[in-house]
Amino acid sequence: MKATKSTYISRTVRELKPSGIRRFFDLAAGMEGVISLGVGEPDFVTPWHVREAAIRSIEEGYTSYTPNAGLLELREEITNYVKNRYHVEYSPSEVIVTVGASSAIDTAMRTIIDPGDEVIVVEPCFVSYSPTVTLAGGIPVPVQALKENDFKILPSQIEAAITHKTKAMIICFPNNPTGTLLNRTELEALAEIAKKYDLLVISDEIYAELTYDDSFTSMASLPSMRERTILVNGFSKAFAMTGWRLGYVCAPEEIASAMLKVHQYALMCASTNSQYAGLEALRNGQGEVEKMVKSYRLRRNFIVNSFNEMGLTCHMPGGAFYAFPSIESTGLSSQEFAERLLLEQSVAVVPGDVFGESGEGHIRCSYATSMEELKEAMKRIKRFIDSL
Amino acid sequence: MKLNEKELEILGVLEKDARIETADLAKMVGLSIEETESILKKLESDQVIVKYLTMIDWTKIDEHQGVRAMIDVKVTPKQGVGFDEIAEKIYRYDEVQSVYLMSGTYDLSVIVEGNTLNEVANFVSQKLSTLESVVSTTTHFILKKYKHDGIILEQEKKDKRIVVS
Repeated sequence: MKATKSTYISRTVRELKPSGIRRFFDLAAGMEGVISLGVGEPDFVTPWHVREAAIRSIEEGYTSYTPNAGLLELREEITNYVKNRYHVEYSPSEVIVTVGASSAIDTAMRTIIDPGDEVIVVEPCFVSYSPTVTLAGGIPVPVQALKENDFKILPSQIEAAITHKTKAMIICFPNNPTGTLLNRTELEALAEIAKKYDLLVISDEIYAELTYDDSFTSMASLPSMRERTILVNGFSKAFAMTGWRLGYVCAPEEIASAMLKVHQYALMCASTNSQYAGLEALRNGQGEVEKMVKSYRLRRNFIVNSFNEMGLTCHMPGGAFYAFPSIESTGLSSQEFAERLLLEQSVAVVPGDVFGESGEGHIRCSYATSMEELKEAMKRIKRFIDSL
Repeated sequence: MKLNEKELEILGVLEKDARIETADLAKMVGLSIEETESILKKLESDQVIVKYLTMIDWTKIDEHQGVRAMIDVKVTPKQGVGFDEIAEKIYRYDEVQSVYLMSGTYDLSVIVEGNTLNEVANFVSQKLSTLESVVSTTTHFILKKYKHDGIILEQEKKDKRIVVS
């Protein structure tokens, strides 16, 4: 086979850093007996009645496209759900059903960015934010939430990063990878900055349902924020539906209809059968969500208390399903720690620096794993630390 | 009796895993080991926690004998004691594993275990049916157990997720 000329590949893509998560996936994939705390998805299987709804849609022959924005029925149900759960009102024409929250974020970036526009990316964060800004021709401007603030971003930090080119900021709370949740007051402080500098906020609220102590506040529900918020959410984390690739975005009419242009050219529509599953999840799935949250809460407590007991300082995350302990006391970098832990004790975690500079010195450990595995993982990590 | 959130959480965990070590349980609910132990003692002495059991799939064991039947029993309740007196008479037999008072077309649901089908049949015809208040019995033998107390017996345990994502 002839090697492809690298000049076929665009400079932008050539210069794009490969995902650090991907590297660890390749490293761990060939190994036997690995306990993985590296998985960014629920360990639950999608509830049966939801799977059944998709099966039924296939049996009944719903195998064609849906409208670009998604089934009207589903969008109506999303508006009800967002109103009841997050206290923001949208009309179905302000909702687009997307291929997971990932495509919602990508579509949002491509809709709002002109060449050279800056987007403030609050880090540590999911690995896709900055690349989607770059791919849309924008310039990502990372701002670091710091461990001394329990990874809560301060409004002054965002304000310091604003230039006349700043178009938007993207935030995610409850946060992947830190699990940090902002309370209403903290969120309001960020909203004030957005209003003061006329910025859009892309609010990735995919973990909204997974909070354990305090309730969740949506950015779009704050006064005068609906008009400048692109609310991203989806079915993956709350309903254990990662593989269905189903998300949604809510935005004011003008933005939503612009996004729909991008969405229809790129993706046409989200998978039809996934949409039928999503409809069932919203209508009858809340009981299962509550059960899953209860189970995550116990596991969160277990893993965080275990880390602190073995000397890895770990703040108590308010949401998502990640613990983000500091490994600085070991003197290892987070890459070294994760790599050696994998090779020496067969436990996969994700080094914190892949999520942003301020994640260095930490590891992301998902507790969406059975208690048996978590117990064993904690034993192995303790053994690893004691061996250093 | 009203339980607080932590006590309920402890019960929830134990119901799924009675063998969990107290130290792990304490971490899960965010209490000290001592506090957790004292809650356990209290729940045990109040008989909220009645017993710690193990679910065993005996059908996997060669030469294991044993049949189970669910018996619908219609009875005539007695004045003053209702169904309690006859229920008590029934549950005293060692063969009887469970007795429930039911709504619907019959009154008591009785689960009986024996080594052989004959043994259970004899128990029903000679002991259960002859009790004074028993009007009729319908016996259903259990052929195969698929799911028991929320646990699927032949569950594939494979994690289908990719290792890192």
